[in-house]
Amino acid sequence: MSKLLEVKDLRVSFNTYNGEVQAVRGVSFDLNEGETLAIVGESGSGKSVTSSALMGLLPKPQSIIKSGEILFKGEDLVKKSEKEMQKIRGKEISMVFQDPMSSLNPTMKIGNQIMEGLIKHQNMGKAEAKKKAVELLKLVGIPYPEVRVNQFPHQFSGGMRQRVVIAIALACNPKLLIADEPTTALDVTIQAQILELMKEIQQKTKSSIIFITHDLGVVANVADRVAVMYAGKIVEIGTVDDIFYNPKHPYTWGLLGSMPTLDSEDEELYTIPGTPPDMLNPPVGDAFAPRNSYALEIDTVMEPPMFKVSDTHYAATWLLHENAPKVEPPESVKRRIEGFAKTGAKGGETK
Amino acid sequence: MARYILRRVGYMIVTLFIIATVSFFLMKLLPGSPLQADDKLSEEQKAIVLEKYGLNDPVPVQYVRYVGGLVQGDLGISFAFDNTPVTKILMDRLGPSALLGFQAMVIGTILGIILGLIAAIFHNGPLDYTSTIIAVLGTSIPSFVFAGLLQYVFAVELGWFPVALWGEFQHTILPTIALAIGPLATAARFTRTEMIEVLGSNFIITARAKGISESGIVFKHGLRNAMIPLITVIGPMAVGLMTGSMVIEQIFAIPGIGEQFVKSVMVNDYPTIMGTTLLYAFGFVVIILIVDLLYGLIDPRIRIAGGKS
Repeated sequence: MSKLLEVKDLRVSFNTYNGEVQAVRGVSFDLNEGETLAIVGESGSGKSVTSSALMGLLPKPQSIIKSGEILFKGEDLVKKSEKEMQKIRGKEISMVFQDPMSSLNPTMKIGNQIMEGLIKHQNMGKAEAKKKAVELLKLVGIPYPEVRVNQFPHQFSGGMRQRVVIAIALACNPKLLIADEPTTALDVTIQAQILELMKEIQQKTKSSIIFITHDLGVVANVADRVAVMYAGKIVEIGTVDDIFYNPKHPYTWGLLGSMPTLDSEDEELYTIPGTPPDMLNPPVGDAFAPRNSYALEIDTVMEPPMFKVSDTHYAATWLLHENAPKVEPPESVKRRIEGFAKTGAKGGETK
Repeated sequence: MARYILRRVGYMIVTLFIIATVSFFLMKLLPGSPLQADDKLSEEQKAIVLEKYGLNDPVPVQYVRYVGGLVQGDLGISFAFDNTPVTKILMDRLGPSALLGFQAMVIGTILGIILGLIAAIFHNGPLDYTSTIIAVLGTSIPSFVFAGLLQYVFAVELGWFPVALWGEFQHTILPTIALAIGPLATAARFTRTEMIEVLGSNFIITARAKGISESGIVFKHGLRNAMIPLITVIGPMAVGLMTGSMVIEQIFAIPGIGEQFVKSVMVNDYPTIMGTTLLYAFGFVVIILIVDLLYGLIDPRIRIAGGKS
């Protein structure tokens, strides 16, 4: 497998009236061809900003990429002009958005919205593009695509609209699909269908997917690898098995423990105390320390580097330092992890 | 669709009838009579004239007679202007008013939309502030001040255009500009506000994510979605302009409907007042129907219920 995307020390800030908000503070990860990486984190952890940066869709002029590289097929996207990015967006990298109710143009036919990218990037004529649009609608599982292609968004339900958004994203066979919480706005049964669809399509098209979500249940279902983000940084990254069976970072413990599962009914869910830090003045040291009951003294002074757990698994916590005291995850979280291991299923997995 | 339009036309007729009724009785409440300014006639002669035009009859009788004429398309005969039929007066005078109004409307809305687009695209930049200032000046300066200013600068001082009167194309330029500034300002303001909102919507980000160019974003995705509120204000404004502006026509001495209306109110020329009012009303109801139909064309979510689209 070869590397499709390499993000190196990406830093993104927003200039606001109150000062500089550091939304992303040195994110690095890579993505292989055909692989699905889930980026997990709570609101404000910088996961959506990271994805906007990949697309070159950061709101201008408030936001700036302070430093870092986004190497896509070896070329640095940060250095590309808007014109060059327009040739990449929709063709090489495309995106599925969170809210299908508002992400389609209400005054344009579905077909035309799918055809736009085809006409622009693949020099197709109108008739050819329309044929392809019908095929795409069929691919994403919309019945009667020949009729539906001439309809407007308001004639589609939420789940159907998300299928259309996916069809738009897939139109030009992108190498990389970024899905920014694609199921958050849908109800649970539809969520499962959309996830199933995305998995199916990935098997057919072999594109890589970056899946942004705050729902660990979704992660278990779709991802090969998981990056956990907190306060603009990746705090733990590893394969799905690494993260679910052998989590190392106390924040990941908290996330796993706070996730409801089918057999956790009578158990009180774990909650992470406190609130995420104010990114106007990010704390010195480990940003998670104030909410971390396992925090060490060094956490308030110095940021932990990424410690290697295995070849695939890294975590940024001083607990992994050789001089650190050996600690175990809280009992409830441990039981949860054992549960995952026993059943072979990760919490919230949908069938 | 045809049924919808037919029903709407029915409503229009009812609306016009109500307007005719209300304005007829309101007009009768105006003080004075058509003969008040006439000193040459003796009391007897005045009585004969009043009798001849049926002005001595009780108001309800006059009303029934008027409506009877109206149904047959007869707006009556002007008391003041050489006994000309009101229909003919209106026809003769509609030309200049409609021409000026049309020119002003086209120039005003096109420039206004362009100005508003520039302001929205360069939101919070110097171009935005410039266009906002133009729009605010356009709305806040009274048209008679602006018209007077135009006359002074371009006609009196520079001598480029005639000061007033009606005739050649040059005669229409200054009044057109004076009339256009209002719609220009309104169109600019509405376009700016709507475009800023539309350009911030999620589907614009979707379009960007497809790699659509900035101009495609603005024109293909933005403008159409910003049009609804725009045509809502522009439609009725167009009627007002095309049926003549009382102030501008007075200032430039243009033989249009607006000037006619002012004159006929002054002399209590009942049939002409009624005729002009009904012309305005007719224009409005027609434009409102057109605007409603346009909504459906622009935004598929507002397709007319009842008819298959």
